[in-house]
Amino acid sequence: MMLPELGHFALILALLLAALQAFFGIAGPQLGKDRWVAAVTPAVAGQFVMVATAIGCLIASFVNLDFSVRYIAENANSALPLGYRIAAVWGAHEGSLLLWIFLLACWTLAVAIGVAKLPKRFGARVLGVLGFVSFAFLLFTLATSNPFLRLDPAAPDGRDLNPLLQDPALAIHPPMLYTGYVGFAVAFAFAGAAMLEGKLDQTWARWTRPWTTTAWAFLSMGIALGSWWAYYELGWGGYWFWDPVENASFMPWLAGTALIHSLAVTDKRGLFKSWTLLLAILAFSLSLLGTFLVRSGVIVSVHSFAADPTRGIFILAFLVIIIGGALTLYAWRAPLLKSQAGFEFLSRESFLLFNNILLVIALAVVFGGTMAPLIADALHMPTLSVGTPYFNPSFTTPILPLLALVSLGIMSSFKRGRLGEHRRTLLVTLGISVVLALAVSFGVFGGPRILTPVGFTLAFWIVLTSLVDPIDRWRRKLSISRSIIGMTVAHLGLALFVIGITAVESYTNEHDIALAPGQTAKQGGYEFRFAKLEPAEGPNYSGVRAQFIVSRDGAPVFTLNPEKRQYWVQRSVQTEAGIGTHHGTNILIALGEDLGANKWSVRLQLRPLVNYVWVAAFVMALGGGIAASDRRYRIARSEASEAVSAGGVVEAK
Amino acid sequence: MKTRFIVPLVAFVVLAGILAYGVKRAPEKHFIASVMVGKPVPEFTLPSLTEPGKMVTSKELHGKPYIINVWGTWCYACREEHSALMSIQQLGQVPIVGVDWRDTDEDALAWLAQLGNPYSHVAVDKQGRLAIDLGVYGAPETFLIDAKGVIVHKHVGPLSVEIFKRDFEPKLKEQTQEGAS
Amino acid sequence: MRALLLILIAFAAVQTAFAIDPTTIPDPKLQARYQNLTHELRCMQCLNQSIADSPVELAGELRNEVREMIVAGKTDDEIRDYMVARYGEFILFRPRFSARNVWLWFGPAIMLIVGAFIAVRIIRQRAKLVEQDNEPLEEEAAER
Repeated sequence: MMLPELGHFALILALLLAALQAFFGIAGPQLGKDRWVAAVTPAVAGQFVMVATAIGCLIASFVNLDFSVRYIAENANSALPLGYRIAAVWGAHEGSLLLWIFLLACWTLAVAIGVAKLPKRFGARVLGVLGFVSFAFLLFTLATSNPFLRLDPAAPDGRDLNPLLQDPALAIHPPMLYTGYVGFAVAFAFAGAAMLEGKLDQTWARWTRPWTTTAWAFLSMGIALGSWWAYYELGWGGYWFWDPVENASFMPWLAGTALIHSLAVTDKRGLFKSWTLLLAILAFSLSLLGTFLVRSGVIVSVHSFAADPTRGIFILAFLVIIIGGALTLYAWRAPLLKSQAGFEFLSRESFLLFNNILLVIALAVVFGGTMAPLIADALHMPTLSVGTPYFNPSFTTPILPLLALVSLGIMSSFKRGRLGEHRRTLLVTLGISVVLALAVSFGVFGGPRILTPVGFTLAFWIVLTSLVDPIDRWRRKLSISRSIIGMTVAHLGLALFVIGITAVESYTNEHDIALAPGQTAKQGGYEFRFAKLEPAEGPNYSGVRAQFIVSRDGAPVFTLNPEKRQYWVQRSVQTEAGIGTHHGTNILIALGEDLGANKWSVRLQLRPLVNYVWVAAFVMALGGGIAASDRRYRIARSEASEAVSAGGVVEAK
Repeated sequence: MKTRFIVPLVAFVVLAGILAYGVKRAPEKHFIASVMVGKPVPEFTLPSLTEPGKMVTSKELHGKPYIINVWGTWCYACREEHSALMSIQQLGQVPIVGVDWRDTDEDALAWLAQLGNPYSHVAVDKQGRLAIDLGVYGAPETFLIDAKGVIVHKHVGPLSVEIFKRDFEPKLKEQTQEGAS
Repeated sequence: MRALLLILIAFAAVQTAFAIDPTTIPDPKLQARYQNLTHELRCMQCLNQSIADSPVELAGELRNEVREMIVAGKTDDEIRDYMVARYGEFILFRPRFSARNVWLWFGPAIMLIVGAFIAVRIIRQRAKLVEQDNEPLEEEAAER
């Protein structure tokens, strides 16, 4: 089978095409060579075809279980079911990198189609920057992380995919996450093109917004999937661990959220231009930094791919070139971007300014906490230990004010604020929220912590204020744009998220007990009867399965079947928790160990409303998707030519 | 006001410098520097594996430098390190005292019979008491104790002859010089 | 280098499971302290797990130590000191407040203050410009 060689060859061709794409895209407009500019789109198409071929070959080789390929021998096994053979493609470093490159090629193709209606030179520059990034990743892959390397002699069988990764959510989490991560490259490319052109105006912001919002939506879903997967797969009941690699995906998300909001101001009023530019560079830079952290061995975590300092140095080198290059351009071009527009103290611009500042502080907290051990090391200080006890209070510090300001910001207008007009609405909605929050905290759940009513109040207030304008428009039979619908949905998602987190952090009921089959435990109003214990066999594992009958007030609610599995090939032991939801409360049962004397250690967890946390992320992503599809963003041809003649280095607006 | 636009670039360069340093140090980085270095070796009295009925004590070892090597038959990396230990023992510079951590005596004896015994003494630490007192968190770990009973070096992970020559020998030479003067 | 990878793989394999600790101390106050402490101490063989959650034997032994010390009447601080003396500050998940950590712990509050200053400055500048700016916003009525 020559598939690996074909894949390898395709990658080399892709590298060449990416180089051409970058060269023509950047040099063409710079030197005024229109024929070079015209060559960019074909290069994009060609690169896409080559990359698709390469990943296609890898997938096919996995499905065929070609153990003469080293990467496949390390990550698959003849006992691995078909679905996971495909997912194993991105189960480790080399393959996941190829996935990264493939998704970048997909985004680039989409952008090529999207910018077809934009001024040609600008479009070429955007694609040129993307080409440069592709080139760097392809070079890195071919030089240090080739997934197509052969093993000689071929392995008789493979080492199997890490059992942790043998799960349906695995199939989706990395592609979804990477789509988001990589998608910020588009905003980065738009920023690069603006800097190369020497101009950045409201039109630019309008072009950039839908791409950024879409990438942000994917990243939101990707992170949520990872969190959900960790929750049920690891069985500890934790949904976020402030693990360095989790943080590596959260940081671009925070920057991306700030970027979406900053772009709104630049779009509507031509303000915050250099700041938006910097954020666009920052979001993708954080994506790249995340890639570096996971693969270089600098930070060890349950997520990191096998460490290799050579790779680390290589990634760092192209990090320096790409980010350093962008920031140099920024230092050169940004001082020229000025605007004379004004806004009042309580205007929407102010609130979006607060939003950005608070998000950046939150980002700094996560960044600081993640990098602190590294920096301590570099300065020869004893290793710093930074974990959840640090992150939780520190992260909440800027986030609480942020949540409080959302409602005010939603009601304010651009430029003149006019918040006074809405004073009554704001106070009434706040009052309702407080009452509701207290009712829920004490009535529904009982025994809240200090921040519990605060969290619920903020969440309810956001819900009510988000709905004021849409309902008002609907009653007055006014049109309501997708932008506004999207924004409303996204903010509702945010409120849902806060409700979920507040409930779960305040009311989780967790206990470890020793139980024998036949016995019943009581916890949080539920009864758990350990009905039976039997052996369980799977395609590549063996273990035990317990049956628990969960009841409330004597009436059975459902049956849960936690398992404990031993995977033969990788010899690791895995807990599969039994999970069910009853009236909003998520119930988790995890099997521990045989304690002897017929007793087993069992963890029982009751987690109210934790499901909201993940649903909320999807609601936010949905909101983003709706907003991105607004008609404003579709470019009319006449407008495109207008944009060329208008504009200039200094905006008079 | 132009200067503030350079700040991001400068900040990034500093960060890149730190990361570069981090990557260079990565192989050794995973092992947390031991706080036990410089502290006296914890007192211990443990049963001997090779001489049943007798005890191995820190008191009897006191007075001359020695190495403590914490190992177990369940530990994959200890198997890797074993041949290096045999070579180091043959250099004859310092006795190696083995601490058999959380093992069964039969497994341990069989292991030594099969792979050879580089240890002058083997103490059996079934409960892991000594291991905890030494701050051991993963086998194999090796400590160099000086003549005064102070821990002067700790190595986490499998020992090799190169590492011994690079890290342990210089400290041993210091000892003999001190001893002579 | 290979050995390092092997150790890392061993760590990774261990990480897939977690510990369930049904230990109970009769006195609920002591039990609460036990839970807190075991969640605060890091499992040194693991990546980001506490000894409460970690399935490795060492974690079990350390949990035992903690229990014995609590029952013997040692204070939380004494227990932390005992662990730190052997394993270093790294064993604590919550970094102890010290000169080194100041910037970590005070960082968020300081940033809030600085951020407030920056915001006020920018808004003042822009508010002045609004006086001179009488241009109507596009779609001002329908759009917000």
